[in-house]
Amino acid sequence: MKVKVDSTLCQGHNRCYALAPGMFQVDEYGYATPRGDGELTAETLPLARKAVENCPERAISIVEDDAP
Amino acid sequence: MAEPVQDWTTDYDIFDRAYIKNPFPVWDELRSKCPVAHTERWGGSWMPTRYEDLFDIARDVKHFSSRNVLVAHTQPPPEGSELQENVQHYNVGAPPITSDPPVHTWARRLILPPFSVKSVARWEPETRELCEHLIDGFIANGRADGAADYAQQIPPRVIASMLGIPKDNAETFTTWVRGFLEFGATNPELGRESMRSIFEYLHERIQERIATPGDDLISYLLAQQVDGQPVPEGHVLGTCFLILVAGIDTTWSSIGSALWHLAQHPEDRAKLINNPGLMVNAVEELLRAYSPVTMAREVASDVEYAGCPMHEGDKVLMNFPAANRDPAVFEHPDQVILDREKNPHIAFGVGIHRCAGSNLARMEMRVAIETMLRRIPDFRLEDPDAVTWAGGQVRGPRSMMLVWP
Repeated sequence: MKVKVDSTLCQGHNRCYALAPGMFQVDEYGYATPRGDGELTAETLPLARKAVENCPERAISIVEDDAP
Repeated sequence: MAEPVQDWTTDYDIFDRAYIKNPFPVWDELRSKCPVAHTERWGGSWMPTRYEDLFDIARDVKHFSSRNVLVAHTQPPPEGSELQENVQHYNVGAPPITSDPPVHTWARRLILPPFSVKSVARWEPETRELCEHLIDGFIANGRADGAADYAQQIPPRVIASMLGIPKDNAETFTTWVRGFLEFGATNPELGRESMRSIFEYLHERIQERIATPGDDLISYLLAQQVDGQPVPEGHVLGTCFLILVAGIDTTWSSIGSALWHLAQHPEDRAKLINNPGLMVNAVEELLRAYSPVTMAREVASDVEYAGCPMHEGDKVLMNFPAANRDPAVFEHPDQVILDREKNPHIAFGVGIHRCAGSNLARMEMRVAIETMLRRIPDFRLEDPDAVTWAGGQVRGPRSMMLVWP
């Protein structure tokens, strides 16, 4: 499973970055992207879920590996 | 005195004294009875209170323009007017908060980098030192006004440092900003006068930076280009106006409300003292529960929303604070739960107008709370009934005596 950030929705609130700086990175405008390929483990999945639940723009999702 | 409100669904009054002090029951009533309320007071407006409605309206920039974000007394400049004319009338807008796309898009990109998490971190040591210094000034007295002597002192000085303008003027900025936003909301003449003073002052500082650039936000803005052209001076003026106005009242209100809560909740103070790692989450929760800012939008073209016929030019009060207490989204919305797991609050708005200064506001809140708790772990309200609140479009305590052993 992977965590994804929809760049058309992200408005740079920085909530995901504050919660999980090891999972997300932000550019100088505050727009977030997953670090690396966004691959999640059983260990990091709960944190990714928390990022999904706290994003005010609903820009973060968790997808199956074979999803587009 | 205004007539007392009989029916909040059709005649709400955001300046009602009791409402300002405790708006939460009204929001609960409106959310369940009439989620988009209306009033003829203060020029007339619509007011959504449900999270989903605020979310939708904020993101529908086609129908809901930001050209007027205050209920009273500001107008964008006439199109094609010259800067000189604008400065004379002190009427250049406050981009990008008062901009719609396409101007909004570049105007926003211009100001995001100096307010990024990384840029804001540069101001943290100075903010901490300022908080320590303020506390040094009153700790021995055993009492202080947490709003006027502490919260109110922090944002204007940090903003002044960022803009590269003298911090000695912080009291004056506060007077102007309150005149413009707080008192100006119900006193248009004072509002316009305060606005003129701010524009005049910033216009002078900009001329100084054009002559002698420095390492400050005004110089940074003047040095930027858009489509290969320097950013127009009038735009820089409007943006500096926004940075000064939007960064003072709002953050100070948030710090004040957070202290108001903590002063009455020793268990939350203890949690934060014993577990400093909780602070980041706690700041978000305090922002949710005591969101200070209600922006406005202006209907750009006739639209029916939630069965309400909204006409071009109608005002919509973006009650983000009410959205943040909507039980449809937040469990136990009226409880402050510092380690709340699910908190997609929209205290800083949602969509393209997400508060550009949110990282700065968070940093100031966190540092102000941390420093207070470290220096004075056991503060409480001297008299809860004596606390006074400002309301309208920015809500927060204005006088709040704290005492400690």
